[in-house]
Amino acid sequence: MSNSKKYLREEIIRISGVNPKKCMRCGKCSATCPAYDEMEYHPHQFVYMVENGNIEPLLESESLYRCLTCFACVERCPRSVEPAKLVEAVRLAAVRKQGNNRMTANDVPELIDDETPQQLIVSAFRKYTK
Amino acid sequence: MQRIGVFVCWCGSNIAGTVDVVAVAEALKKEPGVVFSANYQYMCSQAGQDLIKQAVKEHNLTGIVVCSCSPRMHEATFRKTAAAAGLNPYMVEIANIREQCSWVHKEMPIGTEKAIILGKAAIAKVNLNVPLTPGESPVTKRALVIGGGIAGIQTALDIADAGFEVDIVEKKPTIGGKMAQLDKTFPTLDCAACILTPKMVDVAQNEKIRIFSYSEVTEVKGFVGNFDVKIKKKARYVKEELCTGCGACTEKCPMKKVPNDFNLNMDTKRAIYIPFAQAVPKVATIDPDYCNMLKNGKCGVCSKVCTAGAIDYTQKDEFIEEKYGAIVVATGFNPISMDKFDEFAYNQSKDVITSLEFERLTNAAGPTAGKLLRPSDGKHPEKIVFVQCVGSRCDACNEKGKEYCSKICCMYTAKHAMLTRDKYPDTDVTVFYIDVRTPGKNFDEFYRRAVEEYGVHYIKGMVGKVSPEGDKLMVQASDLLDNKQLKIEADLVVLAAAIEPDKSARPLATMLTASMDTNDFFTEAHPKLRPVESPTAGVFLSGACQGPKDIPETVAQAGAAASKVIGLLAKDKLTGNPCVAHSNELMCNGCSSCERVCPYGAITYEDKEFRMPDRTTQIRRIAVVNPAVCQGCGCCTVACPSGAMDLKGFASEQIMAEVDAICK
Repeated sequence: MSNSKKYLREEIIRISGVNPKKCMRCGKCSATCPAYDEMEYHPHQFVYMVENGNIEPLLESESLYRCLTCFACVERCPRSVEPAKLVEAVRLAAVRKQGNNRMTANDVPELIDDETPQQLIVSAFRKYTK
Repeated sequence: MQRIGVFVCWCGSNIAGTVDVVAVAEALKKEPGVVFSANYQYMCSQAGQDLIKQAVKEHNLTGIVVCSCSPRMHEATFRKTAAAAGLNPYMVEIANIREQCSWVHKEMPIGTEKAIILGKAAIAKVNLNVPLTPGESPVTKRALVIGGGIAGIQTALDIADAGFEVDIVEKKPTIGGKMAQLDKTFPTLDCAACILTPKMVDVAQNEKIRIFSYSEVTEVKGFVGNFDVKIKKKARYVKEELCTGCGACTEKCPMKKVPNDFNLNMDTKRAIYIPFAQAVPKVATIDPDYCNMLKNGKCGVCSKVCTAGAIDYTQKDEFIEEKYGAIVVATGFNPISMDKFDEFAYNQSKDVITSLEFERLTNAAGPTAGKLLRPSDGKHPEKIVFVQCVGSRCDACNEKGKEYCSKICCMYTAKHAMLTRDKYPDTDVTVFYIDVRTPGKNFDEFYRRAVEEYGVHYIKGMVGKVSPEGDKLMVQASDLLDNKQLKIEADLVVLAAAIEPDKSARPLATMLTASMDTNDFFTEAHPKLRPVESPTAGVFLSGACQGPKDIPETVAQAGAAASKVIGLLAKDKLTGNPCVAHSNELMCNGCSSCERVCPYGAITYEDKEFRMPDRTTQIRRIAVVNPAVCQGCGCCTVACPSGAMDLKGFASEQIMAEVDAICK
């Protein structure tokens, strides 16, 4: 594994507090995930790819923003690996890259309509902006 | 002054790798009392022992210090060596420079320094050692087996076969245990009842074996060879000696809605019952929680229909006290509760069952007479999903499950899947697995047959959610090899629940002072070399109380435990441990502190006449230790306020000398 991959892996592990080595590859996280079909990379793949330092594809993937952070995977994981926290950490790593904000203040006005609760827009703004 | 020889062992590179053994031997040569010092590659080898014997003779040694591994490993070896050379074996001390030194340190200078200190402490102790002679105690030639499952049955049969008397204590009304509930057994698919019930009958007919069914051990006193055990025979309100097991009462009892625990509460029984047709002893039992006669004095039907006059509503719990030389624990296992696993909807749907319940559903003597029918509506299930590892292999932080692999689930699930496909070829069977673990004779072949010949679908992945929808069960699972999430409509879901030791094991371990692990499995004296003995002398382990086990393994272990018991009971006398407590009667003030802390009941008091310096006599109460009962734990020496209690071989003076040597 290259040094930059190693560094990124350590960073994700440090931010999330997750130890991917605890995973026994049972797939219960992906079995339980309600957003499974929306995600290119599934919860169990997040754990496996972080463990192998294969994080670049995750940073580029839409999957980061499809995770509902419902924590079903965290609740059901028999090994207490907590995949949702890893997804959150990778999302943070993406947001922390300069110019990588998923939403900016300028995007907010055009999202406001009568249908969408404003609370949703505020929380999305918090989640996708650093 | 003692003449001490010091022998430093290399243990190959185990010690010599991190301890400079030559320097240790040199440094210890200068200690007071040491007249000889040597080092050798393997002190425990014949050549090493000869070196010690030779040194004893040539240098007239009176004490020996061996710097080697833990005394648990080779103290007995070196004591024998000393005895062979004409020394009292209790003049040997071991300085543990392996487990407590070389294995825990990485750097040579530190390891060497510590080894020298440990050696000095041992030398300081030997300087104060006195020769000790062990006492002897008789052996009661009768064994107690706690638990009447296949483990207990096999152990009892094997002990009885050697000519010794055995008592089985079983808390349920019949022996047979879990195996009696099973349908067929892997990997040969023999019917469980067909191979178990003849053994149960053998037990009943063996004149060396007594069965205390519906009974519990309530108190254990004494020690190896001489246990005093109190057994509670719970009132079954039926006179065992009169009951013929005809079953008339169980057919006429009007109280029909008693959950039938033998069928895991999937059907009901009467308030007076015989658990199953082949029960041993075949005697009826009244459940006092449901019997109208016992609850409010209204009924009495069973006593009217009983032609043998066996019903006795006034029966009370009875206590039996008996002596035993050895005790075998065979308390077995249970599946864990599924209450915490909400995601599998066990408490929401009757059609989500555990594997043991499935076992009863397919058993000809079960609630459906062996027809595989859904518990909810009695329909034949067309699609069955099996979920493996439910509650097994969990992380330590996970409060729902167990950390260990339950070992038997892979094979019984393969068995269930195969038998279902064999009997009902129209039924679709899917097994979700994490790993299929089949390390046993003909086990993997069996699993492959389920897949290749019987067409069971094995999918690598776990089930995440089961939700009842109408009369179906929606199973959401992952297929890891296909990288897909599956949604399957099933009629029946079977959970391979983890297994755990029976709840009676923990209080029993306390009574026996036998040690357990964090999962409440009994600990063996040595995981590899003494697998059927508890560290507590005279207590042996049989079956799943020691760890998850299948039937062949349980039977093998049961036989091994029996052979250890036979080895013990064959002796007429046991050599005791001379390192026991004794009280200095001149210092004892009779305060009873020691008696209160003694876990073995080894201390009593007597009034003794003392002649005082002024020629008067005085009667004083003093503590007396029974050396046969004392285990040398030393609690009393700590509790004694006047310093009268001391432990032979571990005198306070000797311990202080060791501490002084370390601090010097």
